[in-house]
Amino acid sequence: MSRHVVAAASEIAPGERKLVSVRGRPIAIFNLDGEFYGMLNRCPHQGGPMCEGKITGLVTAPEPGKYDYSHAGAIVRCPWHGWEFNIRTGQSYCEPERFKTRTYPVEVADGAAVVEGPYVAERIAVSVEERYLVVDL
Amino acid sequence: MNVQLRDTPLVQATSKIAIADGDIHPARFKASEFDPWLDQKWRDRIAQFGTRQRQPWQSGPAYPKSQPNASRRDAVPPEGGKQGSSLAFMQQQHLDPNNVVLGILNPLGSGQGIQDVDLSIALCHATNEWQIAKWTSQDKRLKASVVVAYEDPIASAAEIRRYADNPDFVQVLLLSRTSEPLGSRKYWPIYEAAAEVGMPVGIHAFGYGGNPMTPSGYPSYYIEEMVGHSQAQQSLLNSLVVEGVFARFPTLKTVMIEGGSAWAPALAWRLDAAWKRLRAETPHLARLPSEYIRDHVWWTTQPLEEPEPRSHIADAIGWTGWDKFIFATDYPHWDYDDPATSLPLKISESQRHDYFIGNAQRVYRGVA
Repeated sequence: MSRHVVAAASEIAPGERKLVSVRGRPIAIFNLDGEFYGMLNRCPHQGGPMCEGKITGLVTAPEPGKYDYSHAGAIVRCPWHGWEFNIRTGQSYCEPERFKTRTYPVEVADGAAVVEGPYVAERIAVSVEERYLVVDL
Repeated sequence: MNVQLRDTPLVQATSKIAIADGDIHPARFKASEFDPWLDQKWRDRIAQFGTRQRQPWQSGPAYPKSQPNASRRDAVPPEGGKQGSSLAFMQQQHLDPNNVVLGILNPLGSGQGIQDVDLSIALCHATNEWQIAKWTSQDKRLKASVVVAYEDPIASAAEIRRYADNPDFVQVLLLSRTSEPLGSRKYWPIYEAAAEVGMPVGIHAFGYGGNPMTPSGYPSYYIEEMVGHSQAQQSLLNSLVVEGVFARFPTLKTVMIEGGSAWAPALAWRLDAAWKRLRAETPHLARLPSEYIRDHVWWTTQPLEEPEPRSHIADAIGWTGWDKFIFATDYPHWDYDDPATSLPLKISESQRHDYFIGNAQRVYRGVA
């Protein structure tokens, strides 16, 4: 396992996402209110690119006619078939027992620490003033 | 500094088996793309009066789609425009990486079935010329469907014969929800012309026939329209069989597109059982209904049912016949089936070959 610098933290604004590659593995990095989460960019259903999905919330109904809206901005829907996943946990809402998309913890590291290393950066030029997103893989 | 700089491509190049795609939806970048083939009088009529579907809702689909243009969110071309409107992006996103060597174009929203039949005829002809100019003449992997104004079967038959000798056209395209069930003898000139020119009649889900979306009325939800396409397909197939279309046109081939397929064996069994009891009502049928279905009907795969366990889909395909399926993605629509993942079964090499390309090469003319 090694530590991979995948992006500068400032590249992904809150509510935005970015596709990166770690050891050839495509990973979508999401910024949820300043916290970063990584998700494999392949839907477990048929392989749709999760990074291009719509970010939304979760509508549930505890009983017919009553609607709850939760997880605003924390759900991503696959751009192909619309399967919904929790960005933080990778949990699927259609069949939570069976389907979960692979998630990757994303750590925010100071440029000074990154420069000391050891890290692997994918086409990232590192400066001590910036903060960086790091994935262990 | 302890950082390695590496240049890793995000997408790995892969070599994949050559496949056919029996359901690709090309779109216009802008509405005026049909103008070269539309007389000024038709352009004026569209500008002044619009195109009216045969439905109670006067604009837009009765059941709005769950995704913009009912399409994959990752299928918007980089130059903008509707999903499916850029050949270059279709090549880059779909045809090249999935190794599609035969792609059948099924243009939707092109004017089939609209209330003003003369305008429908003009729009369908423009659509056919546009398919040549924008698609088939630019990429030899793509083949066109003759789009016809099916509520005027005589005009439709003339349009089919117009392309009889054009190898870019391999199929006649109808939609499933017509004003009368498709076996009605009103539509027979279409089948006669298709059989004559050697093109299968593809019957794609959708269209607005003026009838409720389901046999039990207008549903509440889009999902009911989605799965209701199977009901529409079942009704029209019933009609084709028992009205005697296949008995009348023994060389006619039909392709059921996007209405599902796992229901087909049950329908055929039920028809056979009923026909043995009721044969005297339809004496023009010389064979069991299931035999007509077996000999005259092919099925595109998308949207493939997804049962648990997945092996059940192999049973359903086997009951209909591995030689009757034409692989299809529905690109760029949102219910797209991916060729690499949509059939997660261990099957024989010959089954895989037939399913992904062999059957298509036998059904469509001049493509083997």
